[in-house]
Formats: sequence, C-alpha cells, structure tokens
Amino acid sequence: MIEIKNLHANIDGREILKGINLTVNKGEVHAIMGPNGSGKSTLAQVIAGREDYEVTQGEILFNGKNLLELSTEARACEGIFLAFQYPVEIPGVSNTTLLKNALNSIRKYRGEEELDAMEFLTLVKKKMSLVELSEDLLRRSVNEGFSGGEKKRNEIFQMAVLQPKLAILDETDSGLDIDALRIVANGVTKLKSPENATIVVTHYQRLLNYIVPDFVHVLYNGKIIKSGDKSLALELEDKGYDWVIEEAAELV
Amino acid sequence: MNEISHLERFTEQDYKYGFVTDIEADEIPKGLSEDVIRLLSSKKAEPEWMLEYRLKAYRAWLKMEEPKWPNVHYPPIDYQEIIYYSAPKQQKKLNSMDEVDPELLKTFNKLGIPLEEQKVFAGVAVDAVFDSVSVATTFKAKLGELGIIFTPFSEAIKEHPELVKKYLSSVVPVTDNYFAALNSAVFSDGSFIYIPKGVRCPMELSTYFRINAKNTGQFERTLIIADEGAYVSYLEGCTAPMRDENQLHAAVVELVALDNAQIKYSTVQNWYAGNKDGLGGIYNFVTKRGICKGINSKISWTQVETGSAITWKYPSCILQGDNSVGEFYSVAVTNNYQQADTGTKMIHLGKNTRSTIVSKGISAGKSNNSYRGLVRIGKNAEGARNFSQCDSLLLSDRCGAHTFPYLEVLNPSAIVEHEATTSKIGEDQIFYLNQRGLSTEDAVNMIVNGYCKEVFKELPMEFAVEAQKLLSVSLEGSVG
Repeated sequence: MIEIKNLHANIDGREILKGINLTVNKGEVHAIMGPNGSGKSTLAQVIAGREDYEVTQGEILFNGKNLLELSTEARACEGIFLAFQYPVEIPGVSNTTLLKNALNSIRKYRGEEELDAMEFLTLVKKKMSLVELSEDLLRRSVNEGFSGGEKKRNEIFQMAVLQPKLAILDETDSGLDIDALRIVANGVTKLKSPENATIVVTHYQRLLNYIVPDFVHVLYNGKIIKSGDKSLALELEDKGYDWVIEEAAELV
Repeated sequence: MNEISHLERFTEQDYKYGFVTDIEADEIPKGLSEDVIRLLSSKKAEPEWMLEYRLKAYRAWLKMEEPKWPNVHYPPIDYQEIIYYSAPKQQKKLNSMDEVDPELLKTFNKLGIPLEEQKVFAGVAVDAVFDSVSVATTFKAKLGELGIIFTPFSEAIKEHPELVKKYLSSVVPVTDNYFAALNSAVFSDGSFIYIPKGVRCPMELSTYFRINAKNTGQFERTLIIADEGAYVSYLEGCTAPMRDENQLHAAVVELVALDNAQIKYSTVQNWYAGNKDGLGGIYNFVTKRGICKGINSKISWTQVETGSAITWKYPSCILQGDNSVGEFYSVAVTNNYQQADTGTKMIHLGKNTRSTIVSKGISAGKSNNSYRGLVRIGKNAEGARNFSQCDSLLLSDRCGAHTFPYLEVLNPSAIVEHEATTSKIGEDQIFYLNQRGLSTEDAVNMIVNGYCKEVFKELPMEFAVEAQKLLSVSLEGSVG
C-alpha cells in the first residue's frame, strides 16, 4: 500500500529523517517505536504532507502514486489519515460541520455522490458508538474544551467516519488513562480490515497490548535500526532501547 | 514561513457589484455653498423649515474641523469637488412599480434586489436608494394598513412633518461631529420608519443603497422610531461601482425606541473597497446612534463590514430608559489596503441598563483594522452591566489589528467586563483541516466563519447566508 524508499527530510536545514525504508501492505499493522527525538512524529507528518518539512531525497509511493507530488488534502482524499498527537482546536466550527465537509470533499475527489444531511447523520451515529463518544460532542466546537482523552477519542471517531486506507496514529496513547486507552484501541481494532493498514507511532509498548502489530520497527536518529515482530516491542519494554542502539552501532 | 506563503496567496478581490448603470442623471454642479443647498432643497420641493435646518447645519459645518483622531489615513478631501445631488431622470410621480425606469429595475435585479413585490424575498420590504434619491419602496401599502410608515425620507418630510421635526437630530445633534453636520446640510434621501404603539412589524424592512454616478457623494439619512411596545427588524445593504477615484459616503442613522420597544438594525456593508493596490473605493464615514428612550427598550446593532476603502463608524446606544438593553455585534473585515476604525459607544444613563459588545475583526493583506469602543456608566446608572468581547484575527504578517477600549464608570454598583484576544490563523489549524481532506480555501473559510459565528447568529436568516458568502468572497485568494 505504501512504500517509503530512502526518505530524507529536513526542517530549518536540519536533517531529521536520514534514509527511511518502510513498506506497509494491506491488512497490516506496523508499530514505529523509538526514544524521544528519533524522528517518529516527523515521519508521520512528512507522510501526511506537512510543508514545514523539506524532503531532500527519496520517495513515497502510495498505491503506486507518487505521494510527494500531492498536496496535503489530496493525500487525505487518497486515503491517508493522521490521528494527531496534539489535535487542534477550531473555535466556532462544530465537529459535525468539519466532518460533513471533510467527508464530502473526499467523496467528491473520488467521484462519489456527496452525502445528504440524513445519510451523514446515520453514518455518524453508527460510528460514535465505536469510541463511546456522547452526542453533544458533535455539536461542540472541534476539540475546544475537550479533555485530553476526548480529543484522542475524537480523532479515532473522525477516522471511523472518513474510513481511510492508511491510518497513522501519532502517539495516540500519550496522555490517556487506561480506560481511555482501551476505548481508543478497541475503536482502532474494530476499524481494521484486510483492505486497510495502520501505522502506530508510539513511545510505549502498552498501546500494543491492545493494538497488536504485525511488525515493529525501531526508529533512531532518523533511521530504522531494527525491525521485528510483536515480540520486539515486549523486549524493548523489558530492556529499553540502549541494546538496540548499541547493536546497530556495531553493525556500522 | 509556510504560513506567510499560504496567506500571501490572497490575490484580487472579486467584486461583482462593480458595474455602472448608464442612465441619464439630473445633477447639480459640483461644489458646496448656500446656493447649492438652496438648489438642492428646491429640487426636492422641501418646506421652508427644512431649508432652514440645512442652512443652519451648513453654517455650523463651516466652523468645524475634520476629525483627525481615527486610526486611518487618507489625502485631504476637497469638498468643492463633490457633486451633492444626482438623481436618475424619471417621471415625477410613480403610481406603480411598472413606471420605474427599467434600467433601474435591471440594476437592482443584478444586485440581487428585485423590486417587483411578487419577486422579493417573502417577508422583506425594500426601499431602494440610487445615488441621491429613493427610486422605489415595496410593500408600502400593505404596511400602511398596520399604521407602519416606511417611506423615503424626502416624502416623510412632506407627509409626516410633525414626526420628522420631533425626532430629526434628536439622537445625533447637527453639530455632533463634522460628517454629521455635513450630512445634515446636504442629505438627499434615505428611509423613514415609524412603527406605531404595540405593532410588531410583520416583515423585515430594508434599504438598499447604491452609489452609481461619478464624483458624487452619498449622504443618506435614516430615522427609525419604534413607539411603545413596537418591534422592527431593519436591514441595510450597500454597493457601488468600481472606480479609481474615492467617493464619500457620509450617512446619519438615528434610532428611537420608546417604552418596551425593540429595534434590531442589521447592516451588510459592501461598498467598493478599492483595488488590490489601494486605488479607489468608498470613504464610509457614518454616524449611527440609537436611543433607548423608554423603559425596557432594546436596540441591537449587528454589522458585517467587508467593503469600503476606509470605514469610520461607531453604531452606539444611549441607554436612557431604566432596564433598557443595548447590543453591538460586529464583524469587520479588511483586506489589501482597506482601513477600518469601527466600534461602538454604550452610554448607560438609566438604572439596571445592560449592554453587550461582541466585536470580531479580521485583517488580511496590508490592511489596518481598529476597534474603538466606549462604555460609559453614568452616575445614576445603578446596577448597570456591560460585557465586551473584542477579538482580532490576523491573516497576514503585514496587516494590523488595534483595540482602543475606553471606559468611564461613575457609578460604583456597575459591573463591567472586558475581554480581548488577538490570534493569528494558525498553520496548525490549516494543516489539520487539509489533512481531513479540505482545501486551504475551504479551511480558511471554515475557520473564519467559526470565528464570526457569534455575530452571524444575530443576523436574519437570509442575511446570515449572504454575509457568509460575502466573507468568503472578501477573503478569496487571501489564503492560497
């Protein structure tokens, strides 16, 4: 589904990603782990198309299309969804307004009929139960006055409505208590299908108890230095990152 | 840096009202003097007292000086270069809409203001003012059955002189300020509204102002009186052709609300703003003031200001009656080289008077947007309350937003609250919405509309939709 080849990216002239190679296929869940400052969030943002980052080398293919040539909104319409680490507040714009416009913009891009108010409402109600959100959150302004947990659940709710092909969860577990974590993770798990894929960017292993990854990658200093199956996450939890970093250093 | 490049891509405004109507006009020579005023008054066949009023105002104006305190800049205005009266030539007396010059009907149709009664928005009566005169007023007869007077000002002078004499300049004195004095001397037309005791006006009343002729000034006068227990909602819209010269628009609006009466006054101001380099556009120097004369009365101003090269206006409320309420809801948008110095005055005189101010400024391009507001609590205004909220939203790095709140509290029991915020439309917000599949243009519209929501919800339905559209046109291309 997505193929990242030798990806290098800078911000303000400083190189953050130093040659990422990663392939994610339909139906797979990949976890990207690593210590702070290793470039995990940068990778998520570069895939989504944040302009602050300058891609200096490499390419990203998404279902055969050159992603780096597409605008952020075109990437979203192609089926990429980023669940933000820090969801943004938009005062005066209700969740419903945002979602209806977003969904119809994506449908239009794909040459599908726009949903009318009733069809949209039916869809939204169905998806809300996934993340146990209360209905008044729909009418409230996007993320304004939401608790940390509500914001993260709202991200997953938006993902449920927009039904992306590739979902990237950027530190979705940070700031969540154990109940909220379970709700979010269950939502993500229920949305999994053989047709879509998920990249989970996380610091800690605990989210992976709920969202079981097929592959785990360790990102360090802008490169993936080790890949494995879910047992690698448990090993990291147990022993920390130092041994992987040392192991990688010896290989050089 | 991306923020700038995003926001930089604002290009030209699409001003679809910039056309000129080719119609023969009856104009008086440019320049201002007592003779010009006499000529103007005689053209309108005015009674002697009106001419006296004008001459008195003119003499007072000669001794006054143009105000220099607003935070706006423009070259000196040559008052001798302005034409003070221009009217499309048509038959003297119109008996029905069929007799209105088809060119004029066409003009207003093009502006989205059909004057044939069967075609207008259900529930909106329109007075159409073209340059210096009112060319048509719809639903006059129907409103007349309820005792409601909705008529061009020039006719009110002849048909209801007692009411005009009683209330004209009772809220905005002739010498209130430079432009009010000028208006009093030369005002040509506008709307006069009287809602009798206990009558709730069944439709929205509206005036549509159109400047057409070159080098003319538009000086309209509006007077609305809501008698005891009456209610009226009034809408005002304005457009002008695109011209390279600046044109002056100096209006005076007076509102009077008696006991338990309520006046809701909404404006969508879209005068030509000048081109993207700041050439041309209307100087909109307007005095708007209402008095809540009676107990429990209420005056509410809602304005959406997107046009004009320069806007200078402060729709205000004098809260004289006990328990009276004043409200001011404003969205002021400036783009390119536009300048706006706008706000309100809430003068609390009566007991338990309450006022609310919600001002939303939006600045883009190289424009300058100032909020200037006064809240004065008089010494007898026991229990008065005011809440003010002034927000500024910046869309570029070269625009300015300024807030000048003035506060005078002479009664210790008063409660006055003021909140102010300045924010920049965030790259984070735009990226977030882009990532959800929305274009940057749609994202900005969504953010700006959300920001203005509190004001838009105060507008009558059709106007709210119109205002949203206008806002997106005004900011078109200002974020790319």
